Amino acid sequence: MDFDLSEEQQLLAKTVGDYRKQRSPVSRFRELRDAEGPGWSAQAWAEMGELGWLAAPFPEALGGLGGSFVEAAIILEQLGQTLVPEPYLASVVLGGYTLALGADEAQQQRYLAPMLEGETSLALAWAEANNRFDPTRVECEARPAAGAGGFTLHGDKRFVLNGHAADHLLVSATTPDGLALFVVGGDAPGLTRTTVGLIDGQRGAHLRLDGVAVTAAQRLAGTGAGAKAVLERVLDYGAAGAVAEGLGVASAMLDMTNEYLGTREQFGRKIGSFQALQHRAVDMFIEVELLRSLSMEAMIRANEADERERVMAVSAAKHQLATGGQLVSRQSVQLHGGVGVTDEHDIGLFFKRMQALATICGDGAHHATRYAKLI
Amino acid sequence: MDLSFTPEDQTFREQVRAWIADALPDDLAVKARACAHFTHEEIMRWHKILAAKGWVAPSWPEKFGGPGFSVTQRFIFNEELELAGTPPLSPFGLVMVAPLIQRFGNEAQQARFLPKILSGEECWCQGYSEPNAGSDLASLRTTAQDMGDHFVVNGQKTWTTYAQHADWIFCLVRTSSEGKKQAGISFLLIDMRSEGLEARPMLTLSHSPAFCDTFFDNVKVPKDNLLGPLNGGWTLAKALLGHERTLVAAVGVVRRWVRLAKSIAAVQVGADDRPLLQDPYWRRRVADIEMRLRAHEMTNYRALAEQQKGRHPGPETSILKVVGSELQQRASELCMEVMGHDALAWLPEDGVVPDNERWVAPNFCYDRAATIYAGSNEIQRNIIAKHILRLPSA
Ligand SMILES: Cc1cc2nc3c(=O)[nH]c(=O)nc-3n(C[C@H](O)[C@H](O)[C@H](O)COP(=O)(O)OP(=O)(O)OC[C@H]3O[C@@H](n4cnc5c(N)ncnc54)[C@H](O)[C@@H]3O)c2cc1C
Repeated sequence: MDFDLSEEQQLLAKTVGDYRKQRSPVSRFRELRDAEGPGWSAQAWAEMGELGWLAAPFPEALGGLGGSFVEAAIILEQLGQTLVPEPYLASVVLGGYTLALGADEAQQQRYLAPMLEGETSLALAWAEANNRFDPTRVECEARPAAGAGGFTLHGDKRFVLNGHAADHLLVSATTPDGLALFVVGGDAPGLTRTTVGLIDGQRGAHLRLDGVAVTAAQRLAGTGAGAKAVLERVLDYGAAGAVAEGLGVASAMLDMTNEYLGTREQFGRKIGSFQALQHRAVDMFIEVELLRSLSMEAMIRANEADERERVMAVSAAKHQLATGGQLVSRQSVQLHGGVGVTDEHDIGLFFKRMQALATICGDGAHHATRYAKLI
Repeated sequence: MDLSFTPEDQTFREQVRAWIADALPDDLAVKARACAHFTHEEIMRWHKILAAKGWVAPSWPEKFGGPGFSVTQRFIFNEELELAGTPPLSPFGLVMVAPLIQRFGNEAQQARFLPKILSGEECWCQGYSEPNAGSDLASLRTTAQDMGDHFVVNGQKTWTTYAQHADWIFCLVRTSSEGKKQAGISFLLIDMRSEGLEARPMLTLSHSPAFCDTFFDNVKVPKDNLLGPLNGGWTLAKALLGHERTLVAAVGVVRRWVRLAKSIAAVQVGADDRPLLQDPYWRRRVADIEMRLRAHEMTNYRALAEQQKGRHPGPETSILKVVGSELQQRASELCMEVMGHDALAWLPEDGVVPDNERWVAPNFCYDRAATIYAGSNEIQRNIIAKHILRLPSA
């Protein structure tokens, strides 16, 4: 067994780490949060494309740099540490993997390649009012249209991450033959996108599909079992990605809190000298380490085609984010005292991002239930 | 032992419930059902309705305008208000400074301040905490210098809840640097419109400007506004702290959050196409909290019965603060969880999530403060360790 990153992977972590420290400290997220607009910058996205981060996890045949999901997880952990708002999880992981696994060559050329360059961004629209984290229960309908292989799409999607800004949206819908996935342009007639403010200060969208016309060329390969398998695998990548980013968030919170315990004085002492708080900090540290271990396992096993291995590893990790990660987050606020519940202090921004990440791609209860079915 | 309320108590409960249903204006009732945040204007509107009924200050003695409720009736009354989700009255005048004015104030102070607290004409805020004096309140540094016929106050208070709406602030200030830190503190009542006094609102995690930094730059305060003896402020502060802890038992809030969680879970559909509330997993999650809430309620009743018999609440009230605030957080976490994806929404527009879910996220965020304010839970545990368990100090 070897848990070390390769030299290239270490270099990648360092490059992304340097970038986020110098170019995207938390203050940048705050400014974008408070400004009008999409909440992230197309220029930074293009830079990430140039740096090869968007292409890092994908095979060379698809225009990628030949890495694996491990590269994506390394990048996400770094981005989490200063709340970098560009839509890596939404566009590269959820969008990118859907196309990598489910699209044909022409579609990959057309929709994946420009995203890898940072010219466009993607979103995956899978969540609905009544499917509670299960991507295979889909009420959106794809009705066959007159003409060769075309459909019209009808229904609603909710909380589509980056759905407000994406150039192309990947939409799940039920055809008479079963589940299918379609690529829809952001400006498609019949598509209404409503920007929704999210708890973490980012934005997403609710979609209304009111007879959006799609051609056969916009339908991804595979119907029924094929589309279902793609969605399930993609959401496992998404969950593992949320865990990696959440690990970055949790370790940043632990560092900030540790630092605060070592500087804040009450009763003539550093509050970190109170044993009750030392033990609390130790408990937080332990949860971060457990999260790190499960994040490593999930980033490797997310690639696993064997469903049982993959699901158990990913769900265990996501559950740890929702329990251990949340403990770190909530106790970080607590140990900051009054200043911890102000909007002005950064710790609250991390607290809210953790809350969002715990929900994205399935909350703790969902993943515990999934795991329970396999024991 | 007798766990039942008397028939008179039950009748009283029904009367209160019926009155609230009738007296709460429709727009506030809508917000109450959604567990929404109330604005200052809405809170004061409700204050005045209660004042007109004579019920705004249930714990005040009758001679100051209280309704003459028994301890049990007060408890029932508060429970009914919390359960109905009526706007939470500002506690700073009614239940914090007023009892101190009644106990420690002279007649002139009682006549000057109490009627306007009762009527809602004047609002108050609490100026205790400072940037470097939170848990360690006694190390506060805001000074009041004796100038013969008045004091001059300089310094900064912080986390002053709703100072921007207040007409008056009650402050702990340093009037002597000799002896023990606690021995040089006095209790001053200060007009918020005084020259040199400024309250700057700050946003909280719920995105409401719920508290302020409050600055004092050579603020002149008449000697008449000293409450209790010079350098005797710590005694007043301690009398108030015990009071504050029974306030934060939060039984009604927890019940309301649990009820909200259930109403959300009755609509949100799970993976098996049934409402979550029919799923044994989620029922058990609700049960976990309800069972602990029961334990909390019974403990609260025990404290109440003690009070009824004239025995003063001691450090045991710390238990109520710890359990109540932690339950409040667990209950709002459960509300978030049952919402599923909807928990991602922030201050949503109409129709983005069901109405009863709209305020859950900001409430959940603000509830993080429940274990910090009114004496943090760490400090409460220190009190229990020292004064109840009598463990040796470090
Ligand atoms: C929403 C909100 C509203 C408030 N409203 C008011 C108001 O209206 N007026 C007012 O005067 N104040 C108000 N406060 C202030 C509140 O009373 C203080 O925040 C509280 O006393 C804690 O002080 P602090 O914030 O300085 O934290 P600190 O005292 O610095 O504490 C930081 C952390 O260290 C822990 N800690 C400190 N000492 C010890 C110890 N000895 N052992 C173990 N742990 C310890 C604390 O529990 C906390 O977790 C409010 C606070 C909040 C959050």
